[in-house]
Amino acid sequence: MSFYLVQFLSGLAAAATLFLVSSGLTIVFGVTRIVNFAHGSFYMLGAYLGWSLIERWGTTPLGFWGGVALASLAVGALGALMEVGLLRRLYRSPELFQLLATFGVVLVIQDAASYAWGSEDLLGRRAPGLKGSVDILDQPFPLYDLVLIALGPVVLGLLWLLFNRTRWGTLVRAATQDREMAAALGVDPAKLFTGVLFLGSALAGLGGALQVPREAVNLHMDMSIVVEAFVVVVVGGMGSLTGAFVASLLIGQLQAFGILVFPQITLVLVFLFMAVVLVIRPYGLLGRKEEAPPTAASPGPPLVLATGLVRWVPALLLLLLALVPLVAGDYALIVLTEVVILALMAASLHLLIGLGGLVSFGHAAYFGLGAYGSALLVKHLAAPMPLALAAAPVLAGVGALIAGWFCVRRSGLYFAMLTLAFAQIAWSVAFQWYGFTGGDNGILGVWPPDWAAGKAAYYLLTLALAGGTLFLLRRAAFAPFGYTLRAGRDSALRAEAVGIDVRRHQWYAFALAGSAAGLAGGLYAFSKGSVFPTLMAVPMSVDALVMVLMGGIQTLSGPVVGAALFHLLETEVMSLTEWWRLVLGLVIIVLVLAFPKGVAGFVRDLWMRRKEA
Amino acid sequence: MNRRQTLSLLGTAALIAATQTAFTLPAFAQSQPIRIGEVNSYTGLPAFTIPYRQGWQLAVEEVNAAGGLLGGRTLEVVSRDDAGKPDDAVRVAQELLSNEKVELLAGTYFSHVGLAVADFAARNKVPFVAAEPLTDAITWTKGNRYTFRLRPSTYMQASMLVDEAAKLPAKRWATVAPNYEYGQSAVAWFKQLLKEKRPDVEFVAEQWPAQGKLEAGPTVQALAAAKPDAIFNVTFGADLAKFVREGEGRGLFRNRTVVSLLTGEPEYLEPMKDESPEGWIVTGYPYEQIETPEHKAFRDAYQKRFNDFPRQGSVVGYATFKAIAAAIEKAGSTDPEKVVDALSGLQLTSPFGPITFRASDHQATMGAYVGKTTVKNGRGTMTEWRYADGANYLPSDEAVKKMRPE
Repeated sequence: MSFYLVQFLSGLAAAATLFLVSSGLTIVFGVTRIVNFAHGSFYMLGAYLGWSLIERWGTTPLGFWGGVALASLAVGALGALMEVGLLRRLYRSPELFQLLATFGVVLVIQDAASYAWGSEDLLGRRAPGLKGSVDILDQPFPLYDLVLIALGPVVLGLLWLLFNRTRWGTLVRAATQDREMAAALGVDPAKLFTGVLFLGSALAGLGGALQVPREAVNLHMDMSIVVEAFVVVVVGGMGSLTGAFVASLLIGQLQAFGILVFPQITLVLVFLFMAVVLVIRPYGLLGRKEEAPPTAASPGPPLVLATGLVRWVPALLLLLLALVPLVAGDYALIVLTEVVILALMAASLHLLIGLGGLVSFGHAAYFGLGAYGSALLVKHLAAPMPLALAAAPVLAGVGALIAGWFCVRRSGLYFAMLTLAFAQIAWSVAFQWYGFTGGDNGILGVWPPDWAAGKAAYYLLTLALAGGTLFLLRRAAFAPFGYTLRAGRDSALRAEAVGIDVRRHQWYAFALAGSAAGLAGGLYAFSKGSVFPTLMAVPMSVDALVMVLMGGIQTLSGPVVGAALFHLLETEVMSLTEWWRLVLGLVIIVLVLAFPKGVAGFVRDLWMRRKEA
Repeated sequence: MNRRQTLSLLGTAALIAATQTAFTLPAFAQSQPIRIGEVNSYTGLPAFTIPYRQGWQLAVEEVNAAGGLLGGRTLEVVSRDDAGKPDDAVRVAQELLSNEKVELLAGTYFSHVGLAVADFAARNKVPFVAAEPLTDAITWTKGNRYTFRLRPSTYMQASMLVDEAAKLPAKRWATVAPNYEYGQSAVAWFKQLLKEKRPDVEFVAEQWPAQGKLEAGPTVQALAAAKPDAIFNVTFGADLAKFVREGEGRGLFRNRTVVSLLTGEPEYLEPMKDESPEGWIVTGYPYEQIETPEHKAFRDAYQKRFNDFPRQGSVVGYATFKAIAAAIEKAGSTDPEKVVDALSGLQLTSPFGPITFRASDHQATMGAYVGKTTVKNGRGTMTEWRYADGANYLPSDEAVKKMRPE
């Protein structure tokens, strides 16, 4: 019995940290609608700053807790700075664009932390006066964890007071419910947002600094927490502090007891839990419908079919690309092959985001399914390449049909996180099923046959298949199907009223996007000769998202431009400098500030303006 | 021109510059220096790979200071980051091969990245000396003619520890390992080999935390609940530090022996400072205590060059490039087939003593130091250690032949 009690307490201690971080995220999201990828980076910075301060003054309780508070405040200030210097300039951009900006910040902070604190893990001091353990029913339990357990409800209580008993809190709640109305009543949203970013980031920093006595501070802390924090926010219901609290408790306990029953489940447990919750409850545990914000492409200007000479630009580009093998070397062809494949991947995601208004955080799943579909056929059945390539979109399409059926029943960030859950489930299956998928050591030897083995031959093959599919995707955008999708995006209610089954069309779009991504994945597998679960992992999904946003979501050429820009930048900078994340992050931030509608969107605006003038 | 236009121009210029570099025609191959392509996870795992890089830099400098190879040709290394992703590593390998005209590939840390590059090497018929990946597959089930590996594999390190574990009175064992191939094969080998020596032991609990996401409290508690006599640990890095802290706090290690893979390596022991575990049986590298002439020479040179002590990674990087130099010299040319033949059965002296790249499975016989951890002057170190020569912990040539696909 005593064992279960202590296990329960351990779960509570884990939940406390999770709650601190996710409460900050949920506050920021609730008010500003910003999907803040940098939240995990603030957590990591809090831990590093906390480590430095505690090393210096942490010998006394005052020094220790003062250090924690100071680290938290400093991180809060940084969050506010990010709002003033970066996000504020983007409030008129499509909402998702801020996500791209925060991704740039993530990259910059990764390299900055590595520069400032070095690469070695840093084990900090323990809290003075709380080093030992107490016996709870004869089981030793660390004192510090007891403090953490108490801290969770205290912070929840303080936040409740802040939001319900102060004028600032009331204004924040007003802005959460109706931003425009609050602004119309004379509340300066800019100031409010700065304050909210400060509070949210400070909470993340606090969570990080409090980890110093428990674990070694390291450079992977940002990514390991941010996804889980999003899960907590979504499971709890977006913008709901109590929801985040309950969700943290549940996830903490689930992990504490889950490993007793089935130790291998650690990889996927939280995502399984999220999937189940979202399938049963559309707005999380405590979220309310009216607070579910549409994290989607704002309905920009309608797409226009190019006329005149411009109509021929894509064909001309294709022709030019087909001529490249005449002049380029092997490596340039490999990079171009990758660009073409990624352009297809990004375009398929754009079909969901740009036309359907459905933001997917798990698009890599279908890319990966395609790659695995091809590789598995080669490995287990020794299938020839054409057959294996044909299987890629089929398997990915079937996967997308299944996942899509559940996903399109949710909207906004709930949809996004559900796609992420499915992607993580697919990833963990590929990662752990050693007998069939080769596990994390992947599948090797997926090379094209002799006739396509040359770099030029494979490049042309990729160009033909990907180019053809891109053309089909473009056709779909201007077919009745595409118009229907856009109608559903811009006004689901009106679309339904004229007799369109919005959900069904979104489902089809999901499957179509999935199978197009699958083809890209199959092509990718043969270009690399091997597949690994990393192809389905979160970074791959994020990369795809970044490509689409970089190019701009309001044009069809956007994702293609974005994919080319991002991939060329990444490969070039990576081979030039070790600080490539810093450079890439800064470039993204500059691009975001310079082209708030994406690169392709910017070019189109320029073109339109010139035509009007 | 307003600010926006300037920025857009800058952006376009950057794009053009980027494309142009990608399109640069391969430079005329310089016949003079011998170029080696090196790929590793410098941003993914800097704590290990930066000492590793310093190690190979030292080796290359020594080779060139001694007059280079093949009658005066210098060794030149083109090094790249793989971001910890196998697909990026394959692209980088292609770049090194086509654009930089390297004669040989080396490096990689993560097992899956190593396997991807190994497969690429076999496909392109270029020698590849995998420095650090630990997976057994790279030399056995997925081994190929062109791939060699320096570090003692998971199997070797596990069987070194089994020697010590079998001597313990412990009968009830618990295991904790990161939830991926490395952790799983380490535990599988440990179980199998220990049961062969000690049929009376039983394994009473296992924990599989996700790599980098160990929930220390619940995991420690779950292990303690099984009341094992001893624990086999495979976690490392940040997970290990968490595990040790929480385990001490909750009395998990009281009256229990812990047998732990890699924990004696300075990369993992140093950060724990005075909280390093006491009395764990580990594999590692007590750099400050090894006084063999070859190690002393290496350590002195390293300390002089970098003003820092060597880590395990430094030895790996140093020995890898010494082996490459030796192989090229032995082959008498940079012809890939000749270099591969020279690497098979190559003998050289590493900082750990003489090693051989076995002709049968291309695994080097470099060993590891097995001993106990202790805390001295506020930092973790090893005591009662011995050098376990890798040659004694490898299956016979016939046994590996059955496993290799060739």
